Amino acid sequence: MKIAIPVDERNLEASVCVSFGRAPYFLIYDVKTKESIFIDNLASSSKGGAGIKAAQVIVDYKVDALLTPRCGQNAADVIKAANIKIYKTINGSAKANIEAFIANKLSLLDEIHAGFHEHGRH
Amino acid sequence: MPAFMNTDAIKMKIAVLSGKGGTGKTLVSVNLAASAEKATYIDCDVEEPNGYLFFKPEGVEEEKVAVLIPQVDNKLCNGCRKCLDFCKFNALAYIVNRLIIFTEICHSCGGCLLVCPKKALSEKEKVIGKIEKGSSGPVSIYTGILNVGEASGVPIIKRLLAEKNLKSDYPIIIDCPPGSSCIVMESIKDADYCLLVAEPTLFGVHNLNMVYELVTLFNKPFGVVLNKCLLGEENPAEKFCIEKNLKILARIPFDNELGTLNSHAEIAVRKSKKYRQLFSSLLDEVTKEVQHEAITNP
Repeated sequence: MKIAIPVDERNLEASVCVSFGRAPYFLIYDVKTKESIFIDNLASSSKGGAGIKAAQVIVDYKVDALLTPRCGQNAADVIKAANIKIYKTINGSAKANIEAFIANKLSLLDEIHAGFHEHGRH
Repeated sequence: MPAFMNTDAIKMKIAVLSGKGGTGKTLVSVNLAASAEKATYIDCDVEEPNGYLFFKPEGVEEEKVAVLIPQVDNKLCNGCRKCLDFCKFNALAYIVNRLIIFTEICHSCGGCLLVCPKKALSEKEKVIGKIEKGSSGPVSIYTGILNVGEASGVPIIKRLLAEKNLKSDYPIIIDCPPGSSCIVMESIKDADYCLLVAEPTLFGVHNLNMVYELVTLFNKPFGVVLNKCLLGEENPAEKFCIEKNLKILARIPFDNELGTLNSHAEIAVRKSKKYRQLFSSLLDEVTKEVQHEAITNP
């Protein structure tokens, strides 16, 4: 089973990024093999639709769950279309959240925000 | 009826803009249009048009505005993702062997159709808003209305400012959206003259500077209208104009009478002699500026 987490730095002790679509990196963690890889989020500098592009990457890595503090509507549509579950992160590092996830202590993210699209600014 | 300024038969397109909302663009636009013997007022603030509240136009006709957005035939799509790579707005995603299109994000460039090797994409019309045309006495009123949630008002502004609407021998007043982004650029593109409306605060100066940079970039002749002026008080916007050597065409006082008229959606020039004089002389000033511009930069 693989999980994805938006992170601020390329290590397990990094804090979880407050934004999904605009996070600098994603951690892809394999629960079974305990293998972790960090990928650059190419969507972070997108002119628009960052959430969609970021979600596409997560889907392409064939993860089973996304751990994030929040998620916009468009990104959630993509993630859910791929049957990936979205869990809400708790305070603490990426590592702490992985442990909480394995211990079944994370709950599903039920609040999906409408997005922070800059209307009229492009 | 009072004698109007003799501005008839003058073809000029005046765009009224400001760096933020609430500075008085609509106040200036509406009253300028109502000062002319005959005029066209075009509300390009398509996200929140409000000029019609003052004019209360009659005989309103509606015209829908649609853009083209892509639709996919998933039987033809081979999942090559060339469309995803092309789209700068990330309006497409390819999930579980299916192409998903986010129509609210699409900017209708048509590029995805061009890059699709399987011709799996075609275009369909999507209504994004409308234009209302009506009249209020000698003023023709055009109002652009963008539906909530749509990506861009530019297609509506393009339609508002299409050639046929601008064929007028009388002044055309373009009430712009706030700010200095794409929709404002589209609104001032064909203007003969720009009026920058500014508030007497530091924040007002910042916003005035934004539109000042924009009209300079577009090489438009322009002048400034100082709004909400308090007699004897310091006016940072005025100071900015003096420093940059910008022409101040009018000063509108911070006045209870004007505020009351405006908050009752009354057109000040139709109710108050004082404001009839103020806006008539502003229209006269702008007319002179445009004529001068036509002679010096034909």
